[in-house]
Amino acid sequence: MKHTIAILVEDLPGVMARVAGLFTRRGFNINSIAVGHSETPGISRMTIIVNGDEKVLEQVMKQLNKLVDVVRVRDIPAENIIERELVLVRVHVDSLAVRSEIIQLVEIFKAKVVFVERNTMTIEMSGDEEKINGFLNLLKPFGIKEIVRTGTIAINKNSKNGLK
Amino acid sequence: MKLTGTEIIVECLKQEKAKVLFGIPGAAIMPLYDTFGKYEEIPFKNILCRHEQGAIHAADGYARATGEVGVCIATSGPGATNLITGLANAHMDSVPLVAITGQVPTEMVGNDAFQEVDITGITLPITKHNYIARKIEELPLIIKEAFYIAKTGRPGPVLIDLPKDIQLSKCNFNYPERANRRGYNPSYKGHLKQIKSAAIKIMNARKPIIVAGGGVIKSKASAELIKIVSKTNIPVVNTFMGLSSFPKNHPLFLGMLGMYGQYTANQSVSNADLILALGTRFDDRITGNLSKFCPQAEVIHIDIDPAEIGKNIDAKIPIVGDLKNVLQQLNNYLEEKEPVEWLNEIKGFKEKDPMYKENDDFLLNSRFIMESINELFRGEAIIVTDVGQHQMWAAHYTQVNFPRHFISSGGLGAMGFGFPAAIGAKIGCPNKPVVCITGDGGFQMNIQELATAIYNRLSIIVILMNNGYLGMVRQLQELFCDKRYVSTELAGNPDFVKVVEGYGGTGYRVGKREELIPILHEAHSKNEFVLIDCHIPQEENIFPLVKPDSSINQMIGVD
Repeated sequence: MKHTIAILVEDLPGVMARVAGLFTRRGFNINSIAVGHSETPGISRMTIIVNGDEKVLEQVMKQLNKLVDVVRVRDIPAENIIERELVLVRVHVDSLAVRSEIIQLVEIFKAKVVFVERNTMTIEMSGDEEKINGFLNLLKPFGIKEIVRTGTIAINKNSKNGLK
Repeated sequence: MKLTGTEIIVECLKQEKAKVLFGIPGAAIMPLYDTFGKYEEIPFKNILCRHEQGAIHAADGYARATGEVGVCIATSGPGATNLITGLANAHMDSVPLVAITGQVPTEMVGNDAFQEVDITGITLPITKHNYIARKIEELPLIIKEAFYIAKTGRPGPVLIDLPKDIQLSKCNFNYPERANRRGYNPSYKGHLKQIKSAAIKIMNARKPIIVAGGGVIKSKASAELIKIVSKTNIPVVNTFMGLSSFPKNHPLFLGMLGMYGQYTANQSVSNADLILALGTRFDDRITGNLSKFCPQAEVIHIDIDPAEIGKNIDAKIPIVGDLKNVLQQLNNYLEEKEPVEWLNEIKGFKEKDPMYKENDDFLLNSRFIMESINELFRGEAIIVTDVGQHQMWAAHYTQVNFPRHFISSGGLGAMGFGFPAAIGAKIGCPNKPVVCITGDGGFQMNIQELATAIYNRLSIIVILMNNGYLGMVRQLQELFCDKRYVSTELAGNPDFVKVVEGYGGTGYRVGKREELIPILHEAHSKNEFVLIDCHIPQEENIFPLVKPDSSINQMIGVD
């Protein structure tokens, strides 16, 4: 089972190591982890996707809560989640026909071409995991040279269950 | 007035009422020791140990015996890494410690400088929290927070890494009155509704039992526990860490639970319909095979650490809070009760329990030694043990009637802990007799602290249970490896009496039963450091026991 956990942490050196280390030593599996500033100065927000049953989720959250630098921990239930990931992908382009085919896909998926060379195109796209995977699968036959993904970030639809 | 970093540390330690520091100097922590030298009278004792591991175990023993925060100091690099076992030990057993380490100057950090290690990185998983001071202005708050975090909530060790330049730079000193961390808010008060439902469950239970863990001692809740037991007549078992939380001479005390537990305790817990679990984490040494642990019992689990509730055992009623508060409240909702049938059933277990049988051999065996100690001290001594067979013998047979009178390495099971911990306990409680029960294996793991004990004139009685083997491992080899005794015979042991004499202390050798009691009395009356080297039978085992992965009611060594 995939779970999404949102946490607020003190913006201090070493805090990533504290969080990541906890997952390693307790044997929890991280699918992705994304971190950036929050609305409050001095506090960063992390979105962590973990795999495991309800018991694992409960332990992960309790153990995260024990870290002194972790200010708040919430899980975001699947029915209330808004999640996005940003991907940059560089595709091989060997003909004009391929280029127009890719541009068509870019339009369908509401992606964006951000850089073009003679033999490659670099495309930016955001969306949930499913959409991104779908897009990348369609690009695969053309020859993908590089993929860069940010990891998922997520917010709860219900503003009452926010992290504030 | 501007103070240097090291003067700030001394002032902060004074404010925190630290009475003793255990440590060893080195290049990167020299400024701090130099500052001690500049004070006409430093406001605490500064104990020089002989190995940093000895220093931190001593600080740990001090903390366990007194309930105060233990403080230890080491230099950077090897000094700091020598603290690792001690930190892990304190972390596992939730002991409040503040460890201060020197570090290379800030500008050299990260350059693999001489005696540099990333000690905050290394100790991340074995401290409750740790700090590296990056600016002198942060230092007072860091120290305030370190003590606050170490001793509040579920206690634990906190490490502060101090680069040399921070020790030497200056700033205005103001000690913050409060530490306030938005990410750290332990819950002390239990949920009232949960407490009320717990009371109803307890009143309705036919076969209730209390499992009292180390949390009872840390929360100073022994009196509250005794009150509840007097009112409800519910029998009590201890976890290993819980020993001393409940008087062993209480008629409703059934002994220690677990893999090396007492038969009566294991049977009673296995047959209970309700377990009131107090400040315990249901470690695997307690539960044995988890899936077979108390299948018919419901569990009320009270602990200050929410992560321990539901971690190993599902709790029907979880209560997060400080035990002293919660038990006080719980007691208000309890009524008098006497589970007569249940207590009769337990009497049946006692009849089969080898602990209640006569000690009928005539050798200088473990039980005789423990009973001789009891006869002399009558439960008044602080018993400190090392790790191994003697630890389990001490857990079963020593008379311990007051909290903090049984000190031992539980979770980590760190050999070498006992002797330095006894030093710390004696320094913390100078007016109490301190008996260190140790083995010939573990004693040699911190034997260098003989200098610390003897030079400081600490009247500790060391009972060396000398069987010439790493006895616990030998026993496991006997039982589970067809007696292939690989690397367990301690051939080459020194003459321990001579070793002690070399350090200027007194030692005795005891080989026969009748010699022990007179020597114990003589040792006690000397009021100085004494080691008694007891040559016990090599093949004595600790029984009964539960095989790994078995259920705790299936014990080997019960007829």
